[in-house]
Amino acid sequence: MVSPILELTNINKSFGHVHANKNINLTINKGTIHGIIGENGAGKSTLMSIVFGLYQANSGTIKVNGKEINLRSPKDSIINGIGMVHQHFMLVENFTVLENIILGFEGELVFGKNLEKAKKDLKDLCDTYKLNIDLNSTISDLSVGFRQRVEILKSLYRGAEILILDEPTGVLTPQEVDELFKILRSLKEEGKTIVLITHKLIEIMDLTSEVSVMRQGEMVGHTKTENTNKEQLAEMMVGRSVLLRLDKSEVKAGEVLFKVKNLTVKDDLDVTRVKNVDLEIRSGEILGLAGVTGNGQTELLEALSGIRKVESGEIYLEGKKVSDRQNFLDPRKLKDKGLAHVPEDRQRMGLVTDFKAYENLIFGYHDQQPFSKSSVLNHRDIISHSKKIMEEYDVRPQSPNLITSNFSGGNQQKIILSRELNENPKVLLVGQPTRGVDIGAIEFIHQRLIDMRDRGAAILLVSVELDEVLSLSDRIVVMFDGKIVGEKDNKNVTDRELGLLMAGVV
Amino acid sequence: MAPVDKSKVPWWASNLIVPLVNLTLALLVSGLFIFIAGENPYEAVRLIIYGSFGYIEGFAYTLYYTTNFVFTGLAFAVAFHCRLFNIGGEGQAYIGGLGVFLVAINFSFLPVPIVWLLSIAGAVVFGAAWAFIPAYLQATRGSHVVITTIMFNFIAASLMVFLLVDVIRDTAQMGPHTVALPKEQWFPSFKDFAGLLGIKIRYSPLNISFLLAILASVFVWFLVWKTRWGYEMRAVGHNTQAAIYAGISPYKNIIIAMCISGGLAGLLGVNEILGVHHKIVAGFPAGYGFTGIAVALMGRNHPIGIFPAAFLFGILYQGGSEVTFDMPNITRYMFVAVQGVIILFSGALENLFRPQIESFFVNRLNIKASA
Repeated sequence: MVSPILELTNINKSFGHVHANKNINLTINKGTIHGIIGENGAGKSTLMSIVFGLYQANSGTIKVNGKEINLRSPKDSIINGIGMVHQHFMLVENFTVLENIILGFEGELVFGKNLEKAKKDLKDLCDTYKLNIDLNSTISDLSVGFRQRVEILKSLYRGAEILILDEPTGVLTPQEVDELFKILRSLKEEGKTIVLITHKLIEIMDLTSEVSVMRQGEMVGHTKTENTNKEQLAEMMVGRSVLLRLDKSEVKAGEVLFKVKNLTVKDDLDVTRVKNVDLEIRSGEILGLAGVTGNGQTELLEALSGIRKVESGEIYLEGKKVSDRQNFLDPRKLKDKGLAHVPEDRQRMGLVTDFKAYENLIFGYHDQQPFSKSSVLNHRDIISHSKKIMEEYDVRPQSPNLITSNFSGGNQQKIILSRELNENPKVLLVGQPTRGVDIGAIEFIHQRLIDMRDRGAAILLVSVELDEVLSLSDRIVVMFDGKIVGEKDNKNVTDRELGLLMAGVV
Repeated sequence: MAPVDKSKVPWWASNLIVPLVNLTLALLVSGLFIFIAGENPYEAVRLIIYGSFGYIEGFAYTLYYTTNFVFTGLAFAVAFHCRLFNIGGEGQAYIGGLGVFLVAINFSFLPVPIVWLLSIAGAVVFGAAWAFIPAYLQATRGSHVVITTIMFNFIAASLMVFLLVDVIRDTAQMGPHTVALPKEQWFPSFKDFAGLLGIKIRYSPLNISFLLAILASVFVWFLVWKTRWGYEMRAVGHNTQAAIYAGISPYKNIIIAMCISGGLAGLLGVNEILGVHHKIVAGFPAGYGFTGIAVALMGRNHPIGIFPAAFLFGILYQGGSEVTFDMPNITRYMFVAVQGVIILFSGALENLFRPQIESFFVNRLNIKASA
């Protein structure tokens, strides 16, 4: 007999102007594994954070076991039997497993009876669900997969009947994923309810019995998993929204300006994030790199722009090798050779937000004439240059002396773009050029990129916005799990095909 | 309370009114201390003002203290623009003094102005060298400069005691200090200048190092805001990742910022050795290095702010000693407490009333604009 354990009705949530959840209705049945799927920014995590009491909805009701409840904090959710395993674990690294789990629920001042009972209860839970965790090991000694199990155990110990997992496989190896799925299935068999948030179709098909699809803050469909297939889900996920194809001339691709051969890159935790990637970009073309966030695009861009070390493979600029494992050029030398980079995260990397606008407008070019002469900054030339390019790129307000953090996201992006495009680079690497940018600015930015291409630049466009990749690129490659999993000519490709590639289905 | 739109706050509200309000509060609380100690706060204020402004020698003392605070305040500020907390001004000043003395005594055969220039260079080089080691450890090993510079203060103190007792002590004397420098090398004092004008005044330690403090302030302003070096240091300080993206080396800039900082702290040795003691005496930095941190914070790490902040602490030092003379219930330590209260209100509690004050002025401007 199926009975609903969690019912959401007309949930709305806004952050400023962003309507993250619009009139969401969702029913989750007891003892099922329910998948929630959608692209980045579709509102999945926001919705589940509301259920877990981290955010409060602007309107709407939440019922658990048919009873309406008011969730003001995670504590309320825990009392109502809702547990959540976050993408980023909430564990104290230098505590043991046991210490982490009882944290906040110690129940006694001097450890004794309660602790012994907790130990016993936890051992039982571990046995029941085959979690196989040593309670006395320190978190920092555990692998990511085991840390996740600790989070699951923590939720179970606190009496969770509904367990929400937010993108649980993003950080796991394939073997760890298999183990996790085993655990989730055994939890289901014991009558627990699981909500799985993911953007990977393969996991939905593998594990869930019901699935809900979100797109741009709305719930666009519910279905039983057995009644659907990957293609159908991908279509729902990406949507059939009309693409804004820009006016652009036929591609006149010239010689290869930028070439990447068999490139492998590791991240700061020594995990290989880019695996044997080959790329070629010609003069006068835009190569779009599509993919879901976290599939190695960030590390690829950082390696190509000289910020991150290359593990193996080679990078060529205009036919000359610029980087391999032994020798690599730093970002400034690459700039001198005509490579510009608009980084993915403008506030973390592209700008010093505490600087005045004019200081950011010369950032990275500040040691060049006429901005600086024998180490002294030439204030007058910098200001007149800043005024000129702020006007050209329509940065508002047009005041070079304003602190950068006071500009809107779109105008901050224009500051970076004007700085990087102004030098007429031969090769341009662009990451998420329109993330968090208003519609007016998006058009402007897109037009500028097309202009650059028509002037003969080779452009690599990395974006999680499929529409953007489709409307700008001449050729499209898809990255999944650090590898290039497909290359398409933009003329004969559908968003559905790309969606499947992005989800790692094909 | 809604956050204030920072771009609309008038500059004088955040840079003048807020520090003045904080200072007033600090003085009120200090007044309470004095009242509890059994003395009249009004009388104490009168004594402070008389002691630091009331007669020519008192004012000279105030400016002498100001000189020291300007050096150590600037030192802290330069490092802070690269987001480095250089707590080691005390030790860097101590070693800087060693540099001054060694250069002056070894190059005494040269013309005096050249000896002075070389001694100043010696102060900068020795101070910078003492800051270089923590800087290097921070840049390459990530050893936090707060910890290492504070340890280097102790190491400097021990090293100097060792040198003053066993190596460079004036063997004709019992105390831990060196021989005096030749008289012609001494910096001209304020008293000497007054004498030239035919005015007879009593001794005060004020000397031409005060001019050096003004020069150092101009130098720091120019360095931080007008040169590529300062620009890169600030970029590393505000956003290291962005700096790396722009091809600016955090490693290089951490070391440069710390060495300049140490060099500035070393200049305190010029004031103390060439200007006042004319020899190294044990413990001559006397806490100026630490007070410099408060001076820099209060001056918002800008020379234009540091100079008045240093002057204020000069008033407190000089006026405070006047108070302790005349008020038996007020000890020297009382004024350490007063300094502490000022540091508390203008440093740690700097933002206590900032939102209220800023929104007050923003609202007023809005009303004016709509009227």
